Amino acid sequence: MKLNGAQILIRTLIEQGVTDVFGYPGGQVINIYDALYEYKDEINHILTAHEQGASHAADGYSRATGKVGVCIATSGPGATNLVTGIATAMLDSIPMVAITGNVPCSLIGKDSFQEIDITGVTLPITKHNFFVSKIEDLADTIRKAFSIAKSGRPGPVLVDIPKDVQVGKYEYEPQPVVEKIPLPKVKESLIDKAVELIAEAKRPYIYVGGGAAGLGMGDDIVKFAEKIGAVIGCSFMGLSSVPQDNERFLGMQGMHGHYASSMSQNEADLILAVGVRFSDRATGNVSKFAKTSKIIQLDPDSAEVNKNVRVDLGLVGDVEDSFKRIAAKCEASEKPAWLARVNELKNQEKQFEEEIAAAAKAPLTPKQVFETINALKPARTVIATDVGQHQMWAAQYAHFDGPRRIVSSGGLGTMGFGLGAAMGAYVATKDPVVLITGDGSFGMNLNELATAVTYKIPVVIVLLNNGVLGMVRQWQTLFFGKRYSNTILTRKTDFVALAKAFGADGYKAETQVEFKKAFEAALASGKVSVIDVTIDKDEMVLPMLPPGGAIADIITKV
Amino acid sequence: MDKRFIIAVYVDNQSGVLTRVSAMFTRRGFNIDTLTVGETERKEYSRITISMHGDDNVKEQLVNQLKKLYVVKKVDVLEVEPIKRELMLLKVENKSENRNDIMTAVDVFRASVIDYSPEGMCIEVTGTPSKIDAFVKLMQPYGILEMCRTGVVALDRGNKTLFTEED
Repeated sequence: MKLNGAQILIRTLIEQGVTDVFGYPGGQVINIYDALYEYKDEINHILTAHEQGASHAADGYSRATGKVGVCIATSGPGATNLVTGIATAMLDSIPMVAITGNVPCSLIGKDSFQEIDITGVTLPITKHNFFVSKIEDLADTIRKAFSIAKSGRPGPVLVDIPKDVQVGKYEYEPQPVVEKIPLPKVKESLIDKAVELIAEAKRPYIYVGGGAAGLGMGDDIVKFAEKIGAVIGCSFMGLSSVPQDNERFLGMQGMHGHYASSMSQNEADLILAVGVRFSDRATGNVSKFAKTSKIIQLDPDSAEVNKNVRVDLGLVGDVEDSFKRIAAKCEASEKPAWLARVNELKNQEKQFEEEIAAAAKAPLTPKQVFETINALKPARTVIATDVGQHQMWAAQYAHFDGPRRIVSSGGLGTMGFGLGAAMGAYVATKDPVVLITGDGSFGMNLNELATAVTYKIPVVIVLLNNGVLGMVRQWQTLFFGKRYSNTILTRKTDFVALAKAFGADGYKAETQVEFKKAFEAALASGKVSVIDVTIDKDEMVLPMLPPGGAIADIITKV
Repeated sequence: MDKRFIIAVYVDNQSGVLTRVSAMFTRRGFNIDTLTVGETERKEYSRITISMHGDDNVKEQLVNQLKKLYVVKKVDVLEVEPIKRELMLLKVENKSENRNDIMTAVDVFRASVIDYSPEGMCIEVTGTPSKIDAFVKLMQPYGILEMCRTGVVALDRGNKTLFTEED
């Protein structure tokens, strides 16, 4: 069957199982949009307010499901507007295919109107990218892009398609969905070595990261921890991958992690790292990180082993398979002394939390907001966040009732990520979506309210409004002598009116009772809702490990 | 702790491949000493030879980061003493009082004069990088006008190749 390039592209997307794409039309993708019009019964296109929103939506779509998210943008500014979204996906290993149009090959390199070398621009922020110079290569390149995006350690792939390739005609033959390339299985001798190290351990700590998040290994991890007398902590990206209510789960560790989780990790004599990359936000000063501990690292990416910290044993390959084989071979062992010590740390943590709560000045604290959300949110709710203090409070207090229930930018820390990503998560799952944001982050990409209203994507937006860029302000308070350079937002934005202007509902809440009422109403309405929640500008995220600091420097009160 | 080592990389023979490899070095903060690239016995691949120095961590990271690039098909750190060669063209002032000394050096180093004029001569030298270094040092007092080195190319000894090795 002979089709034009744009039709081949869309047919290949459909063939690869894509049902939803996010994007924005433009001069060099008109043909692609014409093909989208033709195949609109088979593939749903969501028009965002800005290409950045489309890239975050594709990312959120993927985080909530594990499917490959797809976004489309035109050449030049359309393509460069995707950059932050692609980089966000790259840093968190999110599978995504970004498609851009470009000027025809005859105009490439001549600084033509809206011409940009987007494969050059995105070279360091994609897993791989392609410029399709011949229509003969188009369908296979798209298939390769999907294969690369989802195989091994996932990541974003960009495919740049010049206009003449979209217009040209070529044979198209449908092909099956490309399968993930299976990860290699780790050698038995290495599994035995891991089992040996675990058998010697007296204070084991299982450290779970984003690499385990999508694998649905939560119950296995808990069972294993119970078997060998270990406790479990996670990185930010590992949130939601382990059932939170289990007593062995200590929560996130690291810069703003739970006290007991960070402290136990520091006191452990064995860390079993499952799909986690020891980011600086998680380790603090690496030369002082986990000094008493042996480390076993399970990861699909060989370059992650010994990159940030030296490990005693790296098992590169299929993480789930390695974990299961280790778990099956380990002998059961109770470690009452270790658990007693961890309980002691947990009690200390409780005490700190009570002190923080008692010191609160405002009538409504972030913790209370999350208590209300946790109590009222329906089952399967996806919690999306932006970036800043509210994100860390979400990491500390929010309850995630299963894997892939958190959608948040970890590695890149992209303010403005939340709304687009929340929409993507809803389109992918049709599950309830709550976006936790701040007045700083929300201000960056609130234009996507228009998209959410248009497509009836009922995101409940909880805007923790403190009138400041709270995270930077916190650093300024602690490390810069309270010199609040450019972090006080003396804006006069009326978020309730703003929500209404976009066709959404707006609520304001200054007390826990008001918030509860607003949150219930917003959930019940099934409409896009913005709840403007007033919190104190000096509320801090605690505990805090100062950047580059060691565990001894942990700040638990101010 | 710093050691010199040579890494051989087979990459797809396509445009833009060198950019991907060198951009990775920049992004990850690797400093390389020399890099050469050229055709191989298989027309679909090019071979990149990288010589660099660093500790074992640097070596391990570099190899692993290279393996992650989609265009990279095979990476190997060459064994302790691979066969190494480099070629240099060096243009030196041709003063009558130095001519005999220069010609003696050319002879001893098995180099050859490939261009000759009353003002300057161009010498071609091939050998290990340390031999080339020594020749440069020797020529310095005579007035080096211009020089250019290819960087190291290297192969393992024996009948072993990058493709016969087991991982």
